[in-house]
Parts: sequence; structure tokens; C-alpha cells
Amino acid sequence: MTATTAEHHDHHDDHHHAPHGLKRWLFSTNHKDIGTLYLWFSFAMFLIGGLLALVIRAELMYPGMQVVDPEFFNQMTTVHGLVMVFGAIMPAFVGLANWMIPLMIGAPDMALPRMNNWSFWILPFAFTILISSVLMSAFGEGNPSAPNFGWTFYAPLSTTYGPASTDLFILSVHMMGISSIMGAINVVVTVFNLRAPGMTMMKMPLFVWTWLITAFLLVAVMPVLAGAVTMMLTDRHFGTSFFSAAGGGDPVLFQHIFWFFGHPEVYIMILPSFGVVSSIIPVFARKQLFGYASMVYATASIALLSFVVWAHHMFTVGMPLAGTLFFMYMTMLISVPTGVKVFNWMATMWRGSMTFELPMKWAIAFVILFTCGGLSGLMLAITPVDFQYHDTYFVVAHFHYVLVSGAVFSIMAAAYYWLPKWSGVMPNKILGELHFWSSLLSVNLLFFPMHFVGLAGMPRRYADYALQFADYNFWISIGAFWFGVSQLIFLVVAILCAMKKGEKAPANPWDAPEEDLEWTVPSPAPFHTFDTPPVIK
Amino acid sequence: MQSTLFRRVSAALSLLMFSGFAVASDWAERSDHNLRQGVTQVSQEVYDLHMIILWIVSAIGLAVFGLIMYSVFAHRRSKRPKAADFHEHVLLEVVWTIIPFFILIAMAIPATRVLINLDDTSASELTVKVTGYRWKWSYEYLSYKDDNDVGVFFFSNLKTPADQFNTPALEGGLFPYGTAAENYGKESPEKDYNYMLEADKALVVPSGVKVRFLVTADDVIHSFYVPDFGFKKDAIPGFVNEIWTNIPEGQEGTYYGQCAELCGKNHAFMPIEVKVVTQDEFATWLADEKEKAASGPDLTPFASLDDAMKLGEQKYAASCALCHGANGEGGIGPTFVGSEMATQAEHREDHIHVLVNGRNAMPSFKAQLTPKDIAAVITYERNAWGNNTGDLIQPADVAK
Amino acid sequence: MAESNNKYYVPDSSPWPLSGSIGLFMIALGAGNFIQQSTDFGQNVLKHQGTGAGYLLLAGALWLIGTLFFWWRDTIKESITGLHEGRLSGSYRQGMIWFIFSEVMFFAAFFGAMFYTRWLIVPWLGGEGSNAMTHELLWPNFQAMWPLTTTPDGRETQAMGAWGLPAINTAILLVSSITLTIAHHALIAGERGKLILFQGITVLLGIFFLFLQVEEYIHAYTEMGLTLNAGIYGSLFFMLTGFHGMHVTMGTIMLLIMFLRILKGHFSKENHFAYEAAAWYWHFVDVVWLFLYVCVYWL
Ligand code: HEA
Ligand code: HEA
Ligand code: HEC
Ligand code: CUA
Ligand SMILES: [Cu+2]
Repeated sequence: MTATTAEHHDHHDDHHHAPHGLKRWLFSTNHKDIGTLYLWFSFAMFLIGGLLALVIRAELMYPGMQVVDPEFFNQMTTVHGLVMVFGAIMPAFVGLANWMIPLMIGAPDMALPRMNNWSFWILPFAFTILISSVLMSAFGEGNPSAPNFGWTFYAPLSTTYGPASTDLFILSVHMMGISSIMGAINVVVTVFNLRAPGMTMMKMPLFVWTWLITAFLLVAVMPVLAGAVTMMLTDRHFGTSFFSAAGGGDPVLFQHIFWFFGHPEVYIMILPSFGVVSSIIPVFARKQLFGYASMVYATASIALLSFVVWAHHMFTVGMPLAGTLFFMYMTMLISVPTGVKVFNWMATMWRGSMTFELPMKWAIAFVILFTCGGLSGLMLAITPVDFQYHDTYFVVAHFHYVLVSGAVFSIMAAAYYWLPKWSGVMPNKILGELHFWSSLLSVNLLFFPMHFVGLAGMPRRYADYALQFADYNFWISIGAFWFGVSQLIFLVVAILCAMKKGEKAPANPWDAPEEDLEWTVPSPAPFHTFDTPPVIK
Repeated sequence: MQSTLFRRVSAALSLLMFSGFAVASDWAERSDHNLRQGVTQVSQEVYDLHMIILWIVSAIGLAVFGLIMYSVFAHRRSKRPKAADFHEHVLLEVVWTIIPFFILIAMAIPATRVLINLDDTSASELTVKVTGYRWKWSYEYLSYKDDNDVGVFFFSNLKTPADQFNTPALEGGLFPYGTAAENYGKESPEKDYNYMLEADKALVVPSGVKVRFLVTADDVIHSFYVPDFGFKKDAIPGFVNEIWTNIPEGQEGTYYGQCAELCGKNHAFMPIEVKVVTQDEFATWLADEKEKAASGPDLTPFASLDDAMKLGEQKYAASCALCHGANGEGGIGPTFVGSEMATQAEHREDHIHVLVNGRNAMPSFKAQLTPKDIAAVITYERNAWGNNTGDLIQPADVAK
Repeated sequence: MAESNNKYYVPDSSPWPLSGSIGLFMIALGAGNFIQQSTDFGQNVLKHQGTGAGYLLLAGALWLIGTLFFWWRDTIKESITGLHEGRLSGSYRQGMIWFIFSEVMFFAAFFGAMFYTRWLIVPWLGGEGSNAMTHELLWPNFQAMWPLTTTPDGRETQAMGAWGLPAINTAILLVSSITLTIAHHALIAGERGKLILFQGITVLLGIFFLFLQVEEYIHAYTEMGLTLNAGIYGSLFFMLTGFHGMHVTMGTIMLLIMFLRILKGHFSKENHFAYEAAAWYWHFVDVVWLFLYVCVYWL
């Protein structure tokens, strides 16, 4: 029999046997379909999160309150952060993992296909809960407040002073956590258990390696987040005093638990990017990746270090000096393995024979702009100066450089790189070029001046600001609208591909080396691939 | 597949970057682009540290950027049809692991020094307890030199009136208030230059004295942040954090800061205004304040309803409008326009009671406003916005 | 099924994942609204407010249980047809191990909170370190101690001793681990009678543990003043032991299901992964208890 169920013996030509209609998407056990669902979902969330960011930027374009009131502004900031982190970036990477990991290691599917679908379908429901509280706040009777305490939801602002919707928010975070944990377990198990014969660990593409390590981070820290929100819930309603000094607790305890999750979380959002870029650069440099082994070790070191740096988000809470110093040194240390990665990418390009198709453009932009963001991260790590930077727009500039021109750019690189394999057609070149250049210019207009207003002392999460910050904020807002509109170009590119409009893609459009298994299957990839595992020499 | 556009634009970009850094040193002097140098020795040290690190990371960034751009030009396919074939070099890898490590050590040493200095709050001569509330600060002077029982305490609210920030969108063109450069140091007609930064009562500290702040909060976490003194410290309910400053003599003047930890709706509206005066002036000021505190609350009755209304309007705008609306229309707190509480005679006592003692999310104003202020505010609420009850509340009614 | 070692079984599309998500959705909506309406304004439960949300919560829970039942029914069917051999069983094993690891991290959050409280917060509130002013200005009457029987704002409680019920419970769990292992060996050795006996004993021990735990809670609430409201000591005590208790409940249910499946003859010497998974889970719950016993009750 074939590799499908006992009841169905008719899968000899599975290309034509994909389930059809709604059932195909709702009940799927196919890693490619689930990957597609994840990717579309995350893009939708990116647009929604972006829309919220545009509300923020519209308000901040000029000093004075003009578009929304400060209460609603806080809700925008909060939900923007949450939607982008949990709705846009993380699911996008899970989508990429779903699509590409089985293809890259020669596996027939993800290891636990039904659980895979469960991980996905939890998300739309979780975000329905979160986003409906924003809609209620905007349009509902009496405007009950949506979560308004920042994506970091520090106690006691989110406990004693949180709005009613906080409880729904807590439960939706639980759901997102369950989804991520199951998704991550699936990745780990697939990688450990389903590699094709001959695919040793040290032969795996770096994307698989980085995701394996990311998945480990996810399984380790998502439960901690669940613990944090659970304590919030009991503090709110069952009289516990975890975060209240009056009962012997401490609001700062919340921050420790949150950032024990939160810092690994930011690497969860960047390690797969490293993998994507490490896959793309060698192909377009026509040169093998430089320092494969050290890339693997560097990724693992970043992941391990990420567990002992969390308090760099809390330098101003009044920790004992020794603790502060420890966290400062550890945080600085992370620059070393990250630098190794950057230098390896440079060495891969060095004396290659490079061409600059769209994926390569995004990848190079990623390396440069991520480095900018990383370097400002290093500045933040220097504690005495962080006392000045902390909670100003300098931090906002830092993390948007690593998240937008980092994570988002790498996702775009991945999309342009693998769209031919996913859809069978090449993404539209003209629109693609426009999308890239427009994004590259606007993203810098959007986020670079934030460094200046931040240094000059503009605090973040401010609905209104003093006059000396006015000009920069104006240009930042212009950059934001421009960048936002640029992303709509990608929407068109993606829809064109989904409708199979465009130049037909060959199996290996980028002339990738044979070791990259994903390019050995036809484009678009058939419904089932590697039913019989390929043998790797 | 080769894009000439890409090359041209990258060339232009790198040129821009280089020239950007050329003018950077000039910019560094201007506080609206760069970290503020501030006025204390610590803030200067922090600033210097910032500049060292900034130059180091800029250099690293430029090196990375430059090498990539060079590679993009020199190692493209049209120039090098055949790629080189190397993909490993242990020595190189070791080198670029070790060198950054040493760079980091070079950064860590001065950073550690400054940090240790900042942490040392001993030998201070003035101690002020700073408490954050939603959304205002209070300052309590605990001890000054030999006086361990100063007992001066007051609240400090945003001074900017609401009509300065509630401006309709896009009125008056792209730069309705002029650009910041034009406004630098000037008062603009629509908004004061220190819009959002001024407080109704400033924290006053003497120059040339080591001042220790004991920072805490009453409700949620706030953060006490005065850039010119080079510090920021979270105000955490239930805990006291310590921070110090010492403003050199000759740097007297007014400095501004803002709350730097999200604390709810009006997080952006709780400024810190610090007036630095000479020690002599400070002594006089302190004596004045002590006298006021010692003489007990002023209970002289209002001569007329109008007097009370005038004071009430001021106090309402400063303390209540953020939650109850500039015109009593409500917001976080309920409305007063025609409300039972504000119009019916049997709720008169309740009205006073709620203000003095607070209720749920409504804070208590006992410590913040004098009986006279409270009486005025209540009178105002019961007579403004068409509530015309004619009630006149006297300070003595509140003091009970 | 000779070739199943090379081929990997990929199940057909299945409605249960989506259905499970709907269940979770109902639970989240129901619980969120229920908590809001019932505990915010104390008596509302009595006045039957918030019961709509309560029903939604209940329906969601039943829905989820139903879904899992059907889902696992499918899985069991596959297992019995022999589809789980070869690499798929490896996937289940590894999946279970990582799931347990995630549970460990969940408990780690609470243990972390406990150590942070004991070693840092409480001494700080008592004025240690550079926190003299915290003590002097805000909590002048507070005395640092552990267990924290008087909170900074003056609430009082008693500390739960380590001997008595908790010690008995420790013994019960340890014994249950042994009986479970005996049962497992019996399963491998094919001694059905012994298997049924010891599996049954294990389940009963689990239930007995839970019973005593409830006794202990009642004692704490009614006689010791040790409640969720009693400050951080009560908070940590109930959250740690409470979540552990929930896991024991889960584990007991699993073992009970295994017991029923043993009676139905589902397991063979070679193929009994579900049984092993339940056993791992039980051992995990056991180890957590040992930590709890030492750190919460004893030291
Ligand atoms: C993808 C996400 C991502 C990534 C990768 C990073 C990477 C880093 N981050 Fe960032 N960070 C965030 C997301 C991220 N961060 C977010 C979201 C916040 C704000 C959260 C909030 O408060 O809301 C934040 C906040 C934040 C803070 C707290 C600031 C504050 O609130 O006061 C700090 C402080 O230390 C910090 C440091 C760092 C460091 C040192 C790195 C390092 O990993 C960077 C390492 C990289 C490099 C240094 C560049 C490349 C290296 C070389 C070219 C080698 C040579 C270099 C040297 C030897 C110097 N980050
Ligand atoms: C994780 C990724 C991520 C991404 C991709 C972004 C993207 C953007 N962010 Fe975000 N941001 C965060 C993560 C992210 N952010 C986090 C974690 C915070 C901290 C939150 C906190 O303080 O708690 C934050 C905070 C934050 C602030 C500070 C708010 C404050 O302190 O008050 C600002 C201000 O400018 C901002 C702006 C933007 C902008 C302009 C974009 C742009 O890139 C967005 C681009 C725009 C679009 C993509 C919109 C396109 C859509 C349309 C044009 C309309 C069509 C719409 C539909 C069809 C629905 N962000
Ligand atoms: C932090 C926000 C906030 C500020 C500042 C504030 N209030 Fe309130 N106020 C509230 C809230 C919230 C309530 C509702 C309390 C409740 O739920 O019982 C309230 C209730 C009241 C009530 C009772 C109204 C009724 O109809 O029951 C009065 C009177 C009142 N406030 C007066 C004032 C005055 C006068 C001031 C200024 C001196 C002021 N408040 C400042 C938040 C505030
Ligand atoms: Cu107080 Cu922000
Ligand atoms: Cu971090």
C-alpha cells in the first residue's frame, strides 16, 4: 500500500488527489496546505497590525491630540505590538517551516499532521478574540477598553488596573501559546525523526537548523508566558498577590517572568530569518555557504545566551548592582555569535559570482539593516546609557530595525525565493522591484529618525509630545504611510501568484545546487512529495 | 538578471551614509538630534560613554556595510563569471570571534565604572521622596542637611491647558506650528514651547548639593526620568528605588522630564519640572513652604460664589478634567452634567466624601488639594455646565 | 506492513483539529466572560449573572472532550491496524517527551516565582540589600520570614506543615510510581492478571491522593486561614499544589483510560505506546511533587 490510510488504496497518482473545496483547507493534514494557510493568515495580520500602526502614526504626525484619544492610542500601541509579534511574524515563520522543512529534509510531511492543523486553526480564533475587543472599543456601545497596557502588559497596570477585556486577552494568549508549543513540537519531531536516509544533522540546510533551535526556544519559553498570564488572571480575580507588594509579591516579578519569555521570544523572531538568509545568499553568490558548522554553533550559542540576558529590558527597575552587571555583560556577549553570522554571510558573498534577483536583494538589505538594528541593540545593552535610552523612541527604532527590516525583510526574501515552488509561477518582476525599492527607502525614512527623537528624549507609548520632536515625527509618519502602501504591492504580487498569473516557473528557477532538495521536486510542488524518501549521498 | 539601477542606487546610498557620518560630529552637539549632555557630572559621563559606543558601532557598521557594498560591486557575475571555491577558514573564524570580544571588553570597562558611580547614593544632603500617581507626581522633602523633619509635601500636575493639545486634525497646513527648528527656544502662539513639559508646581532643588530621590509609586509603575540629570528610575508601587543627582553651581535653571513607563491613559501627561536654585534661594523657599505647611489649612470662607467658581475652575482643569472631561462630560470618570451627584441637594455630603476619600478608581484628593480647593471644585461642579444649583460649599464644610 | 518502516503514514484530512479549536474558542470566550461577570462583583454568581458565559464554558469543555474522544478513537483505530509502527511511533514518543518538557517549563515559571519571592522579594520588603528605605517608608512593621505568615499589609495565616497529610501523599505517589512500573513490566511480560491488578491499584492511589489533597485544602481554608487571599505564601502554595493537582487529575484520567483499554485488550507487548506515554506523564507528575514537597512544604 501507499503511504496513506488503510482505507484508501487509490493514492497512486496523488497529484490529482488533493481534497477539494473547503474541506481541503479546513480539515487539512497536508504540510503544504497548512503552510499556505499560515502564510496568508500572517499576511492578513501584518496588514491589520500595520493598519493599527498607521493609526499611531497618524496621531503622532503632529503634536497635539487630533485623531484618537490617549486611551485609544494606548490600545493601538498594545494591539499593534501583539498582532505583529504573535500574529504576523511568528505564524509567518511557522508557515515557512511547514512548507519548507519537509521539502528540505526529504520528509513526506510534518511528523504529526493532525496536530499541525490544530496549531494553525487555534490562531484565527485566538486573534478573533483579541481583535474583537479592539472593534468593540472603536465601535461598541460605551467603548469598553481593549487591552491598553502595552504588548508587555506589566502588572499592576494589567492586573489591578486592566480593563475588563484583559481576561479575554489572557485566554487568547493561552491559546496562542498552545498553538506555538504544538507547532514547535511538530518541527522538532519532524527534524529529529523524519530526515531522509543520509540526511545527517550536519547536512541539513541552515533554515532547518535555525528552526530546530527556534522550536526548542518556543517549547521552553511559551509555557513560561502561559504561567505569567495565569498569575495575572489569579491576581485579578482570585485574590493572589504575585505582583502586589502588599501581599508580599512584587510587580517586578512579573517583568522577570515576562522577559524570561520575552527575550528568547525576540530570537524566535530572528533565528529563522538567519536561516532564510543563509539559504538564499549562497544560491545567488553561486558559492557554498561559508562556515556552515560555525553558523550552527553560533545559532545555538545565541539561543543559549538568550536565556540569561532577559533583565536587560529592566535595567531601570532598581536591580542590585551585581545583577545589573551580569545582565549587561551577557547581553553584550550575544553580539559575538551574531557577528559570526554576519561575517559568514559576508564571506559567502566574497569573491562569489553574484546576481541580484529579488530574493537576493531582500537578503542583502536584511544583512545590512539587521546589523544596524543589532548595533543599536548593543548600545542599549550598555546599562548606564540605557538609563537614558530606555523607554524612549531609541528602543522603538532598535526593535523595528531588527523586526521590520530584519524579520519582515527576511520573510519577504523567503517569499520571493520560494513563491515559484509554492505557486508554480514566478512572482511579477516589475511589481517586485517596485515593492523592494519602495520598501527599502521608506523603511529607513520611517525608522531611522526614531533614533534621533529617542536620543533627544521622546518617551515611547506617548500619545502626544513636546514641540521639539515635531519635525522628525512628521517625516516618520510620512515614511510609515509610504511603507504601508508599499506592502500593498506585495499583496498584489502574492494574489497574482495564487491565481497562477505569470511566467511559469521551472523546477529550479534559481539554479540552486542539487543538495537543496526543495528544488528537485516540480514547481508547483505536488500535493505529496517524498512519499518514498530520497537518498542523500 | 543584472540590475544597473541597483548598483547606482547602492552607490548613492553609500555616499549618503558616508557624508551622513561626516556631519554627524556636528549634529552630536545639538540636543534635538543626539543624547543630551545634560548638566551634571554623571550625565556628562553618560554622554561621553554614549559617544564612544556610538563611534565604535558606527565604525563597525560602516565596515560591514562598506565590505558588503564592495563585494556587491566587485564580485557580481558580470565581473566574475566563476565564483571562487572556498567555504571554510578556521583561523578567520577564530579571528572574527576574538576581535569583537575584545572590542566588547573595551566597552564594558568604562560602562562598569559609570554604573558603579551611578549606584552610589550615599552622602547625600537632601532627600526627596518622589511618588508617581496616575497621572501626577508628588514630592515630599524628608531631610535637608541637619533637618531630618522637613515635612514639605506637594503635588505637581501638568500645567498645559487642555485646549493646547486638543487641536483638530490638519488645521493650518503641513507644519501648523512651524518647524521645530523655527520654534527652537521660542514661544509659538498656539502652543508654548514647553507644551506638555510644564508642571503647575515645580520640584525645587538646590545646586551644588547631592540630592537623593526616593522613588516610589502609589498605583501602577511610573518612571522618573530627567534627561538632563542623566537618570531614569522606575517608580514601583510598594518598593522604593534610589537615585541621586548633584547639579553643579552655576547650572541653576529649569529642567524638564517626563514619565517614562506606560501608566495608563494619560501617561504622556505627567511631566516633571525641576527648578534648580542656589542654596540660599532654596533655604528661603523651604522656610516659606514649611511655614505654609505649619499654619494649617486656610479655612477662610469664600466671600462670594464667584470667588469660589473662579478658583474651582482652575482646580478643576488641573486635577479633574483629565478624567471627567474638560466640560464635565465624563471620560474615565462619570459625567457631572446634570448628574444626580452634582445637582441634588441630598448628595451634597456624598459629593464631598467622594473627593476627600476617593472611591474605586476615583483617587482621594485629601492630600492633594486643600479644603479650600476641594470646596471650590465642588462648588464649581455644582454650578457649571448648566448645573446651576447655587450651592456654595465652604472650606469649613470640607474640613470636617 | 513490511514496508511501513520506509513509508510514513500521513493521515487523511480530519475534522477534529478544527473542531478542537472551536472547543478552545468556546472555552476562552466562556471563561473570560464568566470570570468577569462572576468574580468582579462577588454576588453576581448567586444572582445568576454570568451564567450564560458559564454555560458556554461548560459547552466548550464538553465539546473539546468530545473532539478529543473522536480524535483519539481514530488514532487508536490506526494503532490497532498497525499503522503506528516504525517511524510514526518514534514521532509520538518524541512528541510526548517534548510535551512533558513544556509542562516542566510551565512549572518552572511558578517555581521561579517562588524562589524569587523567598530569596529576594521578602528580604527586600524587610529592608535588606539597598532596600532599607522600602522598609522604613512603606512597610515599617513588616518582618521578613518564610513561610510568610504575616503579609506587609498585615494579613495573617498559618504555614502548612510538612508532616501529616503531605507526607502521606508523598508516600502515595511514590508507591503509585512503583505499582505503575510493576504493571508496565507485567504488560511487557504478558502477565495480564498482574497487569490489571497493578494498573487498578495505581488508579486508586491517584484518586486517593486527590482525595487527601482536597481534605488538605478544606483544612487550610476553614481552619488555618490559608487561602488564595492570604498573601504570597498562600498564592504560591495553592497555585503550585493546585496545578500539580490538576496534573494528577489528568494523569489519573489517562491511567484510567489505559486501564479500560487494557480490559479491551488494546495493547500488545510490542505496541503499547499510549500506555507508555501515560506512564511517563505519571512519573513526571511524581517528580514535580517531590520538588513541591521539598520546596513548598518542607524547607
Ligand atoms: C528580532 C528581534 C530582536 C533582536 C534580534 C534583538 C537583538 C538585540 N537586542 Fe533587542 N529588542 C527587541 C527585539 C530584538 N532585539 C525588542 C522587540 C525590544 C523591545 C521590547 C519592548 O520593550 O517592547 C528590544 C529591546 C532591547 C533592549 C532593552 C532596551 C530598553 O528597553 O531599554 C536591549 C538592551 O540591552 C536590547 C539589546 C539587544 C542586543 C544586544 C541584541 C543583539 O542580539 C544584537 C546582536 C547583533 C549585532 C551586535 C550586530 C552584528 C554584529 C556584528 C557586526 C559583530 C561585531 C559587533 C561588535 C563586536 C559590537 N534589545
Ligand atoms: C513584530 C513586528 C512589528 C512590525 C512589522 C511593526 C511595524 C510597524 N510599526 Fe511597530 N511595534 C512593534 C512591532 C512591530 N511593528 C512592537 C512589538 C511595538 C511595541 C508595542 C508596545 O509599546 O507595547 C511596536 C510599537 C510601534 C510604535 C511605537 C508606539 C508607541 O510607543 O506608542 C510605532 C510608532 O511609530 C510603530 C510603528 C510601526 C510602523 C509604522 C510599522 C510598519 O512597518 C507597518 C507597515 C504598515 C502596513 C503593513 C499597513 C499596510 C496596510 C494598509 C495600507 C491598509 C490596508 C489594510 C487592510 C486591508 C486591513 N510600532
Ligand atoms: C484618575 C482619574 C480621576 C480623577 C483625576 C478624578 N476623578 Fe472623579 N472619578 C473617577 C472615577 C473612575 C469615578 C467613578 C468612581 C466609582 O466607580 O465609584 C469618579 C467619581 C467621581 C465622583 C462621583 C460621581 C458620581 O456621579 O457618582 C465625583 C463627584 C468626582 N469623581 C469628582 C472628582 C473631582 C472633583 C476631581 C478633581 C479634583 C476628580 N473627580 C478627579 C476618576 C477620577
Ligand atoms: Cu506615569 Cu507614565
Ligand atoms: Cu531582549
